[in-house]
Amino acid sequence: MLDVHHIFKTYEGKLLLDDISFNVASGETVCLLGASGSGKSTLLRIIAGLEDPDSGFVSFHGQDLTLTPPHLRDFGLVFQDYALFPHLDVNENVAFGLKMRRLPPEEISERVGNSLEMVNLAEFADRRVTDLSGGEQQRVALARALATRPRLLMFDEPLGALDRTLRESLLNELRSILSQTKIPAIYVTHDQEEAFTIADRVLILHNGKIIRQGMPAEVWANPEFAFVATFLGLGNIFEGVIQGKTTNEGWKAETRYGVFTVQCEHKHGRGDRVQLLARPRVDPKETNVIRGTVSDVIFQQDRFKVSLDNGLYVYLPDAPKVGETIQVRVKVECLT
Amino acid sequence: MSMGEHISKRNHTGLSSFVLVYLPPYARLLLWLLPLSFLVVAFFYPLSRILALTFDPKALTTANLLLASRVLLFTFTQAALSTFLTLLLGLPSALLFARYDFRGKSILRALTAVPFMLPTVVVAAGFSALLGPRGLLHSVFPLASFNFIGTLTAILIAHVFYNTTIIIRVVGNALSGLDPKLEQAARVLGADPSRVWWNVTLPLLRPALLASSLLVFLFDFTSFGVILLLGGSQFATLEVEIYLRILKLPNLPLAALLSVIQLSCTVIFSILYTRFSSRSTIQTAPRSADSNVRRAKTLREKIFVTSFILLLTAFFFLPLSALPFRSLFRLEADRGQRGEVQYGFTADYYTELFVNRRGSIFYVPPIQATVNSLGYASATAMISLLLGFPAAFALAKPTRFEKILDPLIMLPLGSSAVMLGLGFIISFGTWLTSPFLVPFAHTLIALPFVIRTLQPAIASIPQRLRQAASSLGASPWEVWKNIDLPILRRATLAAATFAFTVSLGEFGATLLISRPEYPTIPVAIERFLSQPGGLNYGQAMAMATILMVMTMTSILLIEKFRIPGSGEF
Repeated sequence: MLDVHHIFKTYEGKLLLDDISFNVASGETVCLLGASGSGKSTLLRIIAGLEDPDSGFVSFHGQDLTLTPPHLRDFGLVFQDYALFPHLDVNENVAFGLKMRRLPPEEISERVGNSLEMVNLAEFADRRVTDLSGGEQQRVALARALATRPRLLMFDEPLGALDRTLRESLLNELRSILSQTKIPAIYVTHDQEEAFTIADRVLILHNGKIIRQGMPAEVWANPEFAFVATFLGLGNIFEGVIQGKTTNEGWKAETRYGVFTVQCEHKHGRGDRVQLLARPRVDPKETNVIRGTVSDVIFQQDRFKVSLDNGLYVYLPDAPKVGETIQVRVKVECLT
Repeated sequence: MSMGEHISKRNHTGLSSFVLVYLPPYARLLLWLLPLSFLVVAFFYPLSRILALTFDPKALTTANLLLASRVLLFTFTQAALSTFLTLLLGLPSALLFARYDFRGKSILRALTAVPFMLPTVVVAAGFSALLGPRGLLHSVFPLASFNFIGTLTAILIAHVFYNTTIIIRVVGNALSGLDPKLEQAARVLGADPSRVWWNVTLPLLRPALLASSLLVFLFDFTSFGVILLLGGSQFATLEVEIYLRILKLPNLPLAALLSVIQLSCTVIFSILYTRFSSRSTIQTAPRSADSNVRRAKTLREKIFVTSFILLLTAFFFLPLSALPFRSLFRLEADRGQRGEVQYGFTADYYTELFVNRRGSIFYVPPIQATVNSLGYASATAMISLLLGFPAAFALAKPTRFEKILDPLIMLPLGSSAVMLGLGFIISFGTWLTSPFLVPFAHTLIALPFVIRTLQPAIASIPQRLRQAASSLGASPWEVWKNIDLPILRRATLAAATFAFTVSLGEFGATLLISRPEYPTIPVAIERFLSQPGGLNYGQAMAMATILMVMTMTSILLIEKFRIPGSGEF
C-alpha cells in the first residue's frame, strides 16, 4: 500500500536518513522505534510531503507521490504537541480538514460528531482547545485526523507529553480505534513499551538505517544487534572473545564474567570478538551461570531486580540480602 | 518577622534591597517626592492651564469647533492612509524576515529600524535631499516636473519610512513565534498554501496585526515634524494646527481646544493599544527545534525574496544616504554668487556653519546650535536620571498604590510635543527668555524612556544574589559595589544615552519654547530649510547630517548597553 523507496536525507551536513525502504500493508500498524534525533520524525514529514528527501520517493498504491503536495496526499498526521489551532474551538478544529475538502455542512457536522464520539469527547465540542488538558487535546488532535478518513494515519510521538497512566489508557484506545477503522498507520516513538503495545510490526532506526524489523515478539526474542538489545533494555550486554567450538554447534566465549556457551548465527574463528546478551530472567534449564555479590535489590511488583557488584543484573522471585553471593542460570545469546 | 530578624537582614543585605523591601511607607513617599513634584509642575499644572483655557468662551465657538472637526478628520484620514500603506509594505517584509534566510539579513533588518530612531528633521531633510526641488533626483532628471515636497504623498511616504519597522518587528515576532506545526497540520489536513495563510496564519496574527497597526496609527496621528517640513502648513493636522495657532496665527484658546482633542484621542488609542498588545501573545506550543526559517526555494519565493530585498534596500537606504551626499555636493549657485557655478564636491556647507555672517538668521555662528544641543542633551540626561532613578526603584517593587502611578508617569509620552510646548508657554511664559526651560521640557519626554530602561534592570537583580554575596562575606557596601552597581551601570548608561538622544532630536516642543539666540540643531535645520538660497539649503543638509551621525552613534551606544528586552514599550 504505502511504499517508501530508498530515502536519503542529510540535515546540516549529517546523513540523517540513509537508504530507508519499507512498506505498510493495508490495515497494518507499523511502528518506527528509535532514539531521539534518529530521524524518525523527519521520515514522517517526508512521507507527509512536508519535507523533500534528497533522493528516493514515496508511493501509495503504486502511485509516486513526489509531485503531490501535502494537502492532496490525504494522509493524517498527529503531532506530539498536538498542533491544535488555538483560534478555533474543538468543533472547528475537528471540522478543519472537512472544510478544506469543501464537504456540505450537514456531512461536516455528522462526521465531526462521529469523530468526537470515537475519542469520547462528544460533550467537549464547544470548548476552547486552550482550556483542555493534555490528554483531551491529544484526543482532539486524533479526532481531527480521523474525521477526514485519511488513507494513512501517522503519529509523531503522540503520547510523549503525557503522564504514564494517561499514556497507557490512550494507547489502548488508539489500538482499538486503529483496529476498528482499519486505517494503515505509522507510529513513531522512542518508547519500546508503547511500540510493542501498538505495533503489528516494529522497525528499529539507528544511525539513519533500519537495522531490525519484525513482529514485536520476534524482535524481542531475537534482537540480533547489540544496539537493539540495549535500546530495548533486554538485559546485560557485554563483549566476549571466541575460544572455540563446542560439541553441539555452539561457541565458547570468554568474557569478564566467565566463559559462556552461546549459539551464533555467523561463523566465527578463534579470537573473534562478539557482543553477548545475558537475559536477566532466571532459567534453571540453561547451562550458563553468572555469579556475583548482591549490591542492590529493587522491588518491582512481581519480582526483584537484583544488581550485582560486577554490574550485571537479574530478576529473582525472592529478595536476596545485600552482600550475599549468588549464582544463577540465565540465557546468554550471541549478537552482531 | 521578628524584630531581631528584621535588624539582622538589614545589616546583611545590600543598600538597594534595603531600599526596595524594608523601606517604610512614608520613606517610599520620599522616593516619589522628586519625580512626582516635577511631573506636577512641568506636566499636570500646564495641562490644567490648557484645560482651563478650553472653557474660555473664545475657545468653544462654532467656527472653532468646525475648524477642529475638519482638522481632526484630516488628521484621521492621513493617519489611516499612512497606516494602510505601512501595512502594505510591512506585512510582506515581516514575512520576508520571519520566514526566509538570505545574505545580509541582519544588516537589512537593522537598516529598516534606523529611521524609527532618527529625529523627524533628519528624515525630512533626507527626503528633501533625495526628492526635493533641490534634491539629487531633480539634478539627474532636470526636466522631470514633479512635486514631492508639499504633497500628501511626501507625508505618507515619510510615515511609511518611519513606521514599517514596527510592523516588521511586532508581526515578525508573532510570525516566528508561531508553532510551524500549526501550518503543517493544516497542510496535512488538506489546506493548500493560500488557505493555510487565510485560515490559520492570518487569524493567529490578528492580535499582533491590530496592536502594531494601532501603534503605527498613533505615531502617524501625532506626527508633527514630518508634516510641517514635508507637507507644509496647508496639510494641517491637529499638531500642525496647534503650532500655527501659537506662533503664526495666534489663538491660544483654539490651540488649547485642539490640544485637548488631541490628548483625548491619543489616550483612547493608547488604552486600545494596551488591550490589544496584551492579547497579542498567543498561546503556542513549546518551540520545537525545527524552525520555519529557510532559504527561498521555488521560483515564486525567489522572486518575492529578491524583489523585496531590493525594494527595502532602496527605500531605506536612498533617503539616508542622499542626505550626507547632498551635504557635500554642490548642485546650484549660492545666493549672490555670480559667474560659473562650481558643481561637485565641496566642504563649504560645513565651513559656512562656523561663520557668523551679518544678516544671517542667527546672531551666532550656526555651529553654536550644535553646542546648544549638546548642552541641552547633557542637562536632560542628568535631570532625567536624577528623577528617573527614585521612580524606577519604587516601581521595581511597586505597592498597589504605586501601580496606579505608573501610567501617570507614562502620560507625557502620550501627549504631543507641541502640546507640551503650549503648556510651557501658557504656564511659564514669563521665563521664556531663559534657555533653562528647554532641558525640562526634554526631560518630560525622556523620563518615561529612562524609567522603562532602569526599572527592569533594578527588578532583575534577584534578592538571592545579594543574599548569596553577603553570605559569602560581602558587607552591604561591597554588595552594592559588586552586585548592584555592575548590573545597573549598563542600564544607567543606556538610560542616559536614551535621554540624550531624545533631547538631541526633539523638535515640536523646542520649536515653540527655544530662544532665537539659543537654537538647537533641529530648530536651526528648520530655519535653514525655510530660507531661500542654495547655501542655506546646503547648511541645512550639513546640520542634518551632523545630527544623523550623532543620533546613530547614540543608538549604537544604547544597543551596546541595553539589557535585552528592557526599554521596550
